[in-house]
Amino acid sequence: MSTEARAVHFPADDWGGGVHPYRVGHRKLGMWLFIVSDSLTFSALLIGYSYLRASNVWPTPFPFYPSIVFSSVMTFCLLSSSLTMVFGVSASSRGDKAAARKWILGTMFFGAAFVILHLIEWNHLIGEGLRPFSLPAHWVSTFTTSDGRLPSPLFGATFFTITGLHMFHVATGILYLGVVAARVKKLNHEDMEISGLYWHFVDLVWMFVFPLIYILSVDVGGHLAK
Amino acid sequence: MSAHVEEHFAGSNKLFTSIWAWLVGLTLIEIFLAYRPMPIHFMLTILLGLSIIKAALIVAYFMHLKFERLSLILTIVPMLVVCICLLFVFFPDSFRSAGLRYQFKEAPPPAAEEPEH
Repeated sequence: MSTEARAVHFPADDWGGGVHPYRVGHRKLGMWLFIVSDSLTFSALLIGYSYLRASNVWPTPFPFYPSIVFSSVMTFCLLSSSLTMVFGVSASSRGDKAAARKWILGTMFFGAAFVILHLIEWNHLIGEGLRPFSLPAHWVSTFTTSDGRLPSPLFGATFFTITGLHMFHVATGILYLGVVAARVKKLNHEDMEISGLYWHFVDLVWMFVFPLIYILSVDVGGHLAK
Repeated sequence: MSAHVEEHFAGSNKLFTSIWAWLVGLTLIEIFLAYRPMPIHFMLTILLGLSIIKAALIVAYFMHLKFERLSLILTIVPMLVVCICLLFVFFPDSFRSAGLRYQFKEAPPPAAEEPEH
């Protein structure tokens, strides 16, 4: 078999240079590697949170309103923003830059709604007395166990760290998409796909933060209201 | 974009809308489960299972990984899964440390007052 024929038939020659073994550009590959590293950051934080939760008396203070209603609407906003983002990337692949910009602006709208709702939720919890290293007094009295074990004051630290880091990613994503929307005519389709990858990753992280932080901290018996 | 990299974006808007509907539906199931009385371990297993399904749908369809080359998938996914599993090696210690912590049976005594100078 000639050298040229081997170059065509042997996949190993993909690594010889001059071709893309993953069939993606280097910037898109870079975004995938960033996403892998950021996934490990959030995984470490969520596992650390679970570790603390398993080794302490953990308060479950979230009422249906406002906490669960707000966090559910926020989840809906992020899922919808992912849909508008994928519509934008799809429009970009057809060369319809005007439609792509319209969908990106829709994505930014849902992202901004998420951040605003989240800040209102934070404000509510801070107003109740939650701080990074202390609980509101009525939470402590409600969630102290019958044998006198106090609830962990680290609830606030884990809550503000994990949701704060996620909110920072959403806010950064809104700025990133703003730049993409402004320069959509100059950018090529792969640039659009890369911004989409980042935005969907932000959505993906929330799919773990929402159940672990909010759903598992629901005040089912309404203990705080009593 | 380089001429070597072919432009492709598979999937229709109808497909993406149906994926979004699935994601919303699974989220509603999670919220419903939050108010069902069940052991925390059972609840955690179901919630994490649903979250992994949702994450897989997002990665496969919205992030388009399903339509990428197998070499890219095999480079990214197994490495991430193995690293996350390795993070769990610390986890059994959380159950041990729960039993080691000093348990306050009553309010701790107030600190001794400083003598006046």
